Amino acid sequence: MSSDQLLAFETDCHLFKDCGFPAPSVWSFLFDPIFSVGPVDFNKPMLLALIGTVVILAFFWAAFSKPKLVPGKFQMVAEILYDFVRNGIARETIGKKGEPFVPFLVSLFFFVWILNLWALIPLAQFPVNSVIAFPVGLALMVWIVYMTVTFKTNGFVGGIRNLCVPSGLPKPIYVILTPIEFVSNIFVRPFTLAVRLFANMFAGHILILIFTIATWYMLGTLLGTVYATASFALTLVLTVFEMFIQALQAYVFTVLTATYLSQALEEAH
Amino acid sequence: MSAAFETLAAVTGNIGTIGYGLAAIGPGVGVGIIFGNGVQAMARQPEAAGLIRQNMLLGFAVVEALALIGFVVPFILS
Repeated sequence: MSSDQLLAFETDCHLFKDCGFPAPSVWSFLFDPIFSVGPVDFNKPMLLALIGTVVILAFFWAAFSKPKLVPGKFQMVAEILYDFVRNGIARETIGKKGEPFVPFLVSLFFFVWILNLWALIPLAQFPVNSVIAFPVGLALMVWIVYMTVTFKTNGFVGGIRNLCVPSGLPKPIYVILTPIEFVSNIFVRPFTLAVRLFANMFAGHILILIFTIATWYMLGTLLGTVYATASFALTLVLTVFEMFIQALQAYVFTVLTATYLSQALEEAH
Repeated sequence: MSAAFETLAAVTGNIGTIGYGLAAIGPGVGVGIIFGNGVQAMARQPEAAGLIRQNMLLGFAVVEALALIGFVVPFILS
């Protein structure tokens, strides 16, 4: 472990001691591998993603493996969660045609959510989606799904028309609009989908880190302890705010996926 | 003018903070417009509140992403 990877808590650096604030930076997101298989390193975010997958699988397996007509408590919670995605996202944005995509959207929502939720769980305390590879992987998967659906429902020519030529506009506008639509639907969509999730989680984690480290940094003197209390209170407030943001980002990711799918499912006129 | 440029003003510290400040202007205005109009729409038509809230949060997340990119870029480029 290099010295700049040292946690702020491990140094004995406090306010009024003539040493700078050890601000968190990109190094807060780099982890030493737990173990390596050949060139592949296995580190903490990967472990958390794996545990998250197992947790979701176990939860829905336990709830739905033996479904009862009159649901028990466990099944009821799972049904409420499932219904939220089906009625709140799939039905609202896609409509009746969205029914085959409900399992995909449900898995996506809960996977993204639990990867974000790791930021709050003690000992883990790291939002996995703040490592950009995870959102990029998810966005690529969404891209492949909606491109496949586009070309399956409309055929090749119809699919291109669906992606590049919005119908019902005066002819001269298409000269400008077609290239814009092409770039925005094929390249910008997956990019923004990934970057939005990544940036939200990255920024949220950095904010919490700043105030957590500041709490430690300002301890020591009487005045510093007063500051530290304020900083700690702000950490708690930000944590609650992050809870909201985590759920919101999972929701937004799923709603945008559903929007792309609903456009892909539109028949050519 | 002399060959050597005279330094008229200098900034010390991380210039990324200024970048973030600039990046926050647009989204700040945007988030204000979104929630302002969203609340107005809900007040006018309370029965459509669910639909309005969904679209409001969607627009909020899309706009907010710009400010967050402005926050993240200095870290990555530093």
